[in-house]
Order: sequence, then C-alpha cells, then structure tokens
Amino acid sequence: MSIWLGQHWRIFGDTLARFVRQPLASLLNVAVIGIALALPTGLYVALDNLQSFARQYSAEPQLSVFLALDAARSDAQALETRLRQHASVAKVEFVPREKAFADLKQGAGMAEVLDSLPQNPLPDAFVLHAKTGAPEAMERLRDEIARWPKVAHVQFDAAWARRLEAALRLGRAAVLLLAALLSVALVAVTFNTIRLQILTQRDEIEVSQLIGATRPFIRRPFLYFGALQGLAGGLAAWVIIAGTVTLLNIHLAELARLYASDFRLRPLDQADSLSLLAFSGWMGWLGAWLSVSRHLGQPVWDRMS
Amino acid sequence: MISFSHVFRRYRGGFEALKDVSFSIAAGERVAVTGPSGAGKTTLLRLMAGIEPPSAGSVIVNGQNVGQLRPRALPFLRRNFGLVFQDHKLLYDRSVFDNVMLPLTITGFDRKEAVRRVHAALDKVGLLGRENSAPIELSGGEQQRLAIARAIVHRPAILLADEPTGNLDSDYARDITDMFASFNQVGVTVVVATHDPGVLQRLTPRVIALAHGKLAA
Repeated sequence: MSIWLGQHWRIFGDTLARFVRQPLASLLNVAVIGIALALPTGLYVALDNLQSFARQYSAEPQLSVFLALDAARSDAQALETRLRQHASVAKVEFVPREKAFADLKQGAGMAEVLDSLPQNPLPDAFVLHAKTGAPEAMERLRDEIARWPKVAHVQFDAAWARRLEAALRLGRAAVLLLAALLSVALVAVTFNTIRLQILTQRDEIEVSQLIGATRPFIRRPFLYFGALQGLAGGLAAWVIIAGTVTLLNIHLAELARLYASDFRLRPLDQADSLSLLAFSGWMGWLGAWLSVSRHLGQPVWDRMS
Repeated sequence: MISFSHVFRRYRGGFEALKDVSFSIAAGERVAVTGPSGAGKTTLLRLMAGIEPPSAGSVIVNGQNVGQLRPRALPFLRRNFGLVFQDHKLLYDRSVFDNVMLPLTITGFDRKEAVRRVHAALDKVGLLGRENSAPIELSGGEQQRLAIARAIVHRPAILLADEPTGNLDSDYARDITDMFASFNQVGVTVVVATHDPGVLQRLTPRVIALAHGKLAA
C-alpha cells in the first residue's frame, strides 16, 4: 500500500517536473485552457449577479393598486374591505401616500428633487398578493380592479421581473452551450499535448512495454499530466474571473456611489470555484485518456512485429 | 522452463521466420541459439519473451502458454526475463542510473531497496561510479554492459541476450561472455543468440542451431 502510494506520489512529482521542464509550452497551454474556460465562467458570473440583482426586486407576482389622488381615507378603507373579501386576493397591504413619499425620499438621490415639490404627488396605494401567480389570473384581476371606483391605475409589477427571469433562462442555456463547446476545445488541447508527449517518449514507452510495464503504468503519467494541466487551466480561469470582478468592482463602486447604492459584483463562490476546478481537471484527464487510448494503440503483439 | 513445440512464425506477406521448431530448455541451463543472419534467432527470442505470438504451435514458459495469454497478463510474463536487445534500446535522455532503475520502477519496487539493487547491478557490470553519466558518454562496450545491468537488476530467472557481442572487439566480447557465465553459475537460465564463435568457445553452452527457420541437426 505504501509502495503503491509512493509510486503514485513519484509519478505526480515526475509530472510536475515535466511541466516545469517546458515552461513556455506549459504556460501557453494553461493560458489557452484558462481563457477558454473563463469565457463561459465569466458569463455565468454575470448572469448570477444579474439574477441576484433581480431578486432584490421580488419576482413574486403582485399588483399595485393606485387610488385616485382625490380619494379620501374612507374611500381607501372601503376599498380595502372589498379587496380583502375578494376570492382571488391572498394578502392586502395598504401603503398610505405619506409613507410612499417618505420611502421615495430615502431612495436613490431623490431627496432634493422631492423636497422642491409643492406637495406630495403620490396617491394612496395597495399592494396585493394573489392566490395564484399565473399571469392570466393576475391580468384578469388587474382588469377587474381597474374598473372599481376611485381606482386610478392597477399595475402588474411582476411582469418585468418575469421577463428578466425568462431572459436569464435563455442566458443560462447560452452559458451551458458555450461551456460545452469550449470544453471540447479544452479536451482537444490536452489531446494534442499528450499526443506530442507520446511521440517524444516513444522509445521509453516501447522499452517499458518490452520489459514488463503494464498498460495502466504507461498510461498513468499521461493521465496525471492531462488532469494537472486541466486543473492549472481551471485555476487560470478562476484568476481571470476574480481579477476581472475585482477590477470592475473598483469602477462600479464609483458608479454605485453616484446612485447611492452599495451594489457590488460577487465573484465565484466556494462551491462554484471547486466545481470549476474539478470540471477542468476532469476534462484534462478525459483529453489525456482519449489521446492515450488512441495513440498507445495495441502495444503487446502487433506493434512489435 | 521453456518449451517450444512445433512452433511456426509467419509474417504478413508470407515470410516464415520459424518452421516447426521444437526444443526445451531446463532451469539453470546455458544455451546458445546459433545460425547465420536471418536464420530466425531473434524471432526465437522474441517468442520466448512474449514479444511476438507464435503463428502455430505452442510456446510454454513456466507452465504458461505464451500464445494464449491475455494481453494484460503479458507484462507479468515478461518480468521473468532479463532482456538484452541487439540495439540495446537504452534511453539516451536518462542517466545511467535511471536506465537501470527503469525495470524496478515498472514493477513498483521499494525505493530504498531499488537504489541498492541498481548499485549492485552496476557494480556487477563494472559501471559503478558512472551513475550520473549519460549513456551517450559511454563506449560501445560500456553501453552493452549498461544494457546487461538493466536486464539483471530485477534478478530475472531467465536472461535472454540477442547478439550481445555483436559490435564489440574481442576483449570486450570476452568480458561480456564471462559475465553471462557467472550469472549462469548463480542459477540464472541464460539464452544467448549469437554467431560469434568466441562466445561459444568460452561459454560452452548447449547449442540450438537454426538454419532458414528450422532446427539444423
């Protein structure tokens, strides 16, 4: 067991040494893999951020019911009763016009503008949560309430959030597609690297086979190399993403401050980072495995004769 | 230990390198396979070590039918042998030490013991102190001895050597031949393919003579 472990450890060491012996070629390979992986990963990070941004504004379907400006508080109370009795309304929240105005003032850089207004331009409003979130039901409810007296306007707030969700789904599909395509590139790069290595080590492979090396023994260093190169490429992609996010955040901080927001781009979280590394290592291993299977051929009988 | 029974070896294109060859070699024997170039000496050795399969007949080594072994069992058959190739097949991008180390690395030997054995093998062939040289820095005779060190380092039961004195002058050839004799004295079965009369004289082996792929009486 310890011999077995020692052997693996030594092969790992040899693999690292082989990596270092050709620094330029190894670095270029790692860079190619890194950039190829950074593209879909970067897109993924962008979508992730966009999504969390969207989540801050609830995607839960709700209706905003704005009353006419001349509606009195008693009108509002009558409406509230009526809304609460409605069969398809789950929750009703009353937003008095004063509160809406105060909220708005706290919002992004609006205080000065609002203070200059002669009076509160906002009406009383209700925020409704429906029992079912189906868009058709919501739209029916919206049309119904809009016809009630003293109701000025009913807005289906979730519409844009839903559209965004749909766009994000599209984006995620694009990320997957891009990732699949570029994984093929990763596999191809590894395949070719290993092919060249097998060619340059043909003598060693032949002698080893002649004096009793098993196929797994011959294959192992190449598989290690592929996996290691893939892993290094994944690491490079991670660094590219982390660097980009950090750089963008510096500029974003400036922009966000102007909008009185603390919005920041989030880099890859731990789980995603680990997935990236595991995936890239695995793809490298796969490329090496394909190459070794293809180029070592049948060593035992035929090649020698 | 090794037994050939009605062995044929045919190559693509129809050339028959061996025709109906039968013999057997007991453990501890020293044997010379002789005959002119093209008589099938090399082919005979390759069949013994499971490098080529027989086209017909059976090659039995240590009770195993070589032609019927599964490919994944072949490496383990080959570990019974120490092979000295006609063209040495040294690795010129590795040091002398690493060349001799190779068989032990392949079999997964304990590192410390392996280092000891490499030194012992190099000592036996008179190359101790040259561990860090590159094979290309060695003379022809030294390269041959390096190839022998690699063949014996894992203490094989059978030593197969293909024209081990091929390009050497007679002094070197004598050294090498004596080396094989001394391996045989400690119990190693030695099979040498040669057409060098000096070797036969010094080694006094049992002779398996080949001519045109057949046993010559």
